[in-house]
Amino acid sequence: MSNIPADLKYAASHEWLRVEDDGTITVGISDHAQDALGDLVYVETPEVGGTVDAEGACAVVESVKAASDVYAPIAGEIIAGNEALVDRPELVNEDPYGEGWLFKMKPDSADDVNNLLDADGYAATLED
Amino acid sequence: MKAPELDNKLIFERSREGRQAYAQAPLGTVNTDGIPAELRRQSPISLPQVSEMDVVRHFTRLSQKNFSIDTHFYPLGSCTMKYNPRACNTLAMLPGFLGRHPLAPDTHSQGFLSCMHDLQEILKEVTGMAGVSLTPMAGAQGEFAGVAMIQAYHQSRGDTERTEILVPDAAHGTNPATATQCGCTVREIPTNSEGDVDVEALRAAVGPKTAGIMLTNPSTLGVFERRIGEIQKIVHDAGGLSYYDGANLNAILGKVRPGDMGFDVIHMNLHKTFSTPHGGGGPGSGAVGVSKRLLPFMPIPVVGKDEAGFRWLNEKDLPQSIGRLSAFAGNAGVLLRAYIYARLLGREGMHRVAEFATLNANYLMVELEKRGFNVAYKGRRASHEFIITLKRQKAELELTATDVAKRLLDFGMHAPTIYFPLLVPECLLIEPTESESKETLDSFVDAMAAIYEEAKNDIGQVKGAPYTMPVRRLDDVRAARQLDLRWQP
Amino acid sequence: MPFIPHTESDISEMLAAIGADSIETLFDEIPRELRCGGLEAIPEGLSEMATNRLMHERAALDGQAQCYIGAGAYEHHIPAAVWEITTRGEFYSAYTPYQAEASQGTLQLIYEYQTMMCGLTGMEVSNASLYDGASGLAEAVLMAVRANRKSKSSRILMPTAVHPYYRQVAQNIVEGQGIQLEALPFCTESGTTLVESLAHLEGEDITALVIPQPNFFGNLEAVDALTDWAHAQGALVIAVVNPLALALLKPPGEWGADGVDICVGDGQPLGAPMSSGGPYFGFMACKQQHVRQMPGRIVGRTVDMDDKPGFALTLQAREQHIRRSKATSNICTNQGLLVTAATIHMSLLGPKGLESVAATSFANTAALVDAVSEIEGVEPVFSSARFHEVVLRLPASATDILARMASHGILGGYNLAENYPELGEAILVCVTETKSPEDIARYAKVLQEALS
Repeated sequence: MSNIPADLKYAASHEWLRVEDDGTITVGISDHAQDALGDLVYVETPEVGGTVDAEGACAVVESVKAASDVYAPIAGEIIAGNEALVDRPELVNEDPYGEGWLFKMKPDSADDVNNLLDADGYAATLED
Repeated sequence: MKAPELDNKLIFERSREGRQAYAQAPLGTVNTDGIPAELRRQSPISLPQVSEMDVVRHFTRLSQKNFSIDTHFYPLGSCTMKYNPRACNTLAMLPGFLGRHPLAPDTHSQGFLSCMHDLQEILKEVTGMAGVSLTPMAGAQGEFAGVAMIQAYHQSRGDTERTEILVPDAAHGTNPATATQCGCTVREIPTNSEGDVDVEALRAAVGPKTAGIMLTNPSTLGVFERRIGEIQKIVHDAGGLSYYDGANLNAILGKVRPGDMGFDVIHMNLHKTFSTPHGGGGPGSGAVGVSKRLLPFMPIPVVGKDEAGFRWLNEKDLPQSIGRLSAFAGNAGVLLRAYIYARLLGREGMHRVAEFATLNANYLMVELEKRGFNVAYKGRRASHEFIITLKRQKAELELTATDVAKRLLDFGMHAPTIYFPLLVPECLLIEPTESESKETLDSFVDAMAAIYEEAKNDIGQVKGAPYTMPVRRLDDVRAARQLDLRWQP
Repeated sequence: MPFIPHTESDISEMLAAIGADSIETLFDEIPRELRCGGLEAIPEGLSEMATNRLMHERAALDGQAQCYIGAGAYEHHIPAAVWEITTRGEFYSAYTPYQAEASQGTLQLIYEYQTMMCGLTGMEVSNASLYDGASGLAEAVLMAVRANRKSKSSRILMPTAVHPYYRQVAQNIVEGQGIQLEALPFCTESGTTLVESLAHLEGEDITALVIPQPNFFGNLEAVDALTDWAHAQGALVIAVVNPLALALLKPPGEWGADGVDICVGDGQPLGAPMSSGGPYFGFMACKQQHVRQMPGRIVGRTVDMDDKPGFALTLQAREQHIRRSKATSNICTNQGLLVTAATIHMSLLGPKGLESVAATSFANTAALVDAVSEIEGVEPVFSSARFHEVVLRLPASATDILARMASHGILGGYNLAENYPELGEAILVCVTETKSPEDIARYAKVLQEALS
């Protein structure tokens, strides 16, 4: 059973999201997703300053055998990408909810977060 | 005495300053003062400095580290690794063919052009298409030509909204990649549990945006698409065209023709069906065939014939052509090999290709089933290939497709294709081809059974394979994370 | 049965195992009405002996004229060992090295090839090859559009001094993606693209500039100035080069202040016979920072479970079999066998041999220019320094002159009338190291006779 922290929000496409104190959000991929992909060898983070729609593809995670798009869970502006992943993509495998975060956003509407799954809801999608 | 292991040096590590293969360079020195100083090379050319024998020994030894059709059974699904007749190579490399410049005048080209014209005619007949262009240099380029012709056809009719290409989810990755490269969008069509295209889903997907569908038949799942007539009607009624991916043409050669199945455009992988060499990853050859309505759009050049003899047809003859796809006329030397193969086989030989490829595949399938392996589409006939799934063995023994693939190498057999198609978990796609004997197939079955037994007793032994190759399993993750793509002193 | 080993008893045992009464039964899932007839238009099969005779007759029909046509395909000496080894079954009949442990020969060879191409071009990384130079240029254009993220225009500057067929192929392959190839004229005096002529484009959003070296006419471009100009505009630079010429000329990795971004060309001069236009191979090299945008296979060195060095395909997630509709290209194959030949060819020639071949070709072309300039009305069209091709102006119909020379066993050059009518009666002539002083003298004599 994979680790699904209760304090985060989730998208069915396996991204997690954390609302920070300043209202910005941090996005990464779930423990389940990193496990399914296997050892990551490359992460492409989105360009800072760009805007994305909800469910718009904005990053790519790559393992030896697979490459997968990462979608913005909600609409907003990209304000940071995790530079550390350029040299150490394995951080996503080692610490998906911490050092392995992918990008930070300023949401268009803070309420959009409420449309996402909670931990139980996401766990249920993995059981199917 | 045990033979010493061959050293693993790179050719650069054999280099010694001042050494040279003297016989190979022009004699004498010449004046190059006419090249301006600022355009001249100042840095040394970092090529190895070695003797001729160094080179011959180094590369001969490297060759010995390869599996190949000439040395090993190679049942790689979807790749048609059949015997490449030696005569095809020898005769395509006659000095007259090798020395002909691609822009030589027609007066000095009738021999070569006659071979290309004959090949076009043979391919037309065996596929049931109205025209053939030989120029695409690989299957993927044939696909590109096909989709580009479909686009050109719609545009020529002022039908500019058709931008969507339908692709079954079981398709080769090149199909969607090609559609994207042509500027189309891709719509995936699901496959049903028996391995056929989900016809109802297709019916729901077609419409005024449909440019066409790309189909492989038999599909990549190793079964014949039984409702092909219905699929054609749905797509054509919606105003789309249909594209035949010839990856599996070996399964039906001389039995059923893409043209008779209603396809508008096809590509053939001559390096599969017409037995030209795979060469360690190319060159291929992706000749295309078209129905009557796509004739004006064929890529140039094609060979025509008039009272003066054979000549290249170019944009003046085919003003609506999608144009050139290679600097000259594609992989001419590969086309010559395909032509020679076609002449050696002849009409009867073509019929036999599909017959014996299918016999071998079905035999292998039932024999593997008898030894406890699970066929992915039980109850279906195998085409020229079939799929084994290790889903059960993985759950019970942790035996994966990779494990079996690597262990087979120790039995002196190349692995089947693994993890393709993506729809079937832990799959092995097995294509024995018509040129393998019953004894070879039986020994493959024995090897597979032995690996299964070994896995039941000692899975670790299987997971450590291969043991007898020049290297053991390689660290792919390290290869991708710490890129080392060239030697540096 | 040619290439089918089955005996009658094999067939009956196999059918019995399957539980089918005939081979025909195995096709029972194919609808009856679709089954094809007798393929009457295909001739009966031939024995190898008969095929042998047929092919010898066909090959002889094309004659053995002496060839002075270049234009993208060049006659060079190829050491006997090159194709002897390349056509060993272990290279010839192997597949793409997906099972790395059983393909270390091909993989190590490609790694050595990548190293050699980096050395020759002065670039940081090379792929395992593309189909040919023309389609390689198309791939380079697509790659530049992906790699130059600052540029939004998808606008590529393409000199008309680039091989006309390369330009056509690039156009045909990229146009589906809304990319514009914008023609740049050449200077009719020098026969090169002048950096001064680009002034009106300064400050505009340009994705990439293509620079040929030598260009289609054989002329040498001022590559440093062109490269620096493009970089100053925020454009990437795509070099299209003859790899043999790089034995004498400054490698693209050293052009201008920063070197080019992508380098492509046709590898034919490195061990591939002219062979009616193929198979050749396209090579592609680039700066390390663009490696993930590069299409095609790439081999990397790594280690095995016992820490022993070995080779494997890497960065495969860019490719179509994984990335499907989002792949960098639909390309699957490289031209493996030609890469094998080229790697052996470059090893046999080495740095000195390759330089000597290039220098001799250069000098032979200069000698031919001297010899034909004696003929009234024959002269080089352009004033630039050149490599091993020259555009000659003729005082009579180029079509007629070439036909007359051909009837004397000399293919005298490539007629430029179709693609460059503005040059008048002009032909492109190539002289490689394969021609002797006597050959060159004979060329001049036959040309003079054809003119009189």
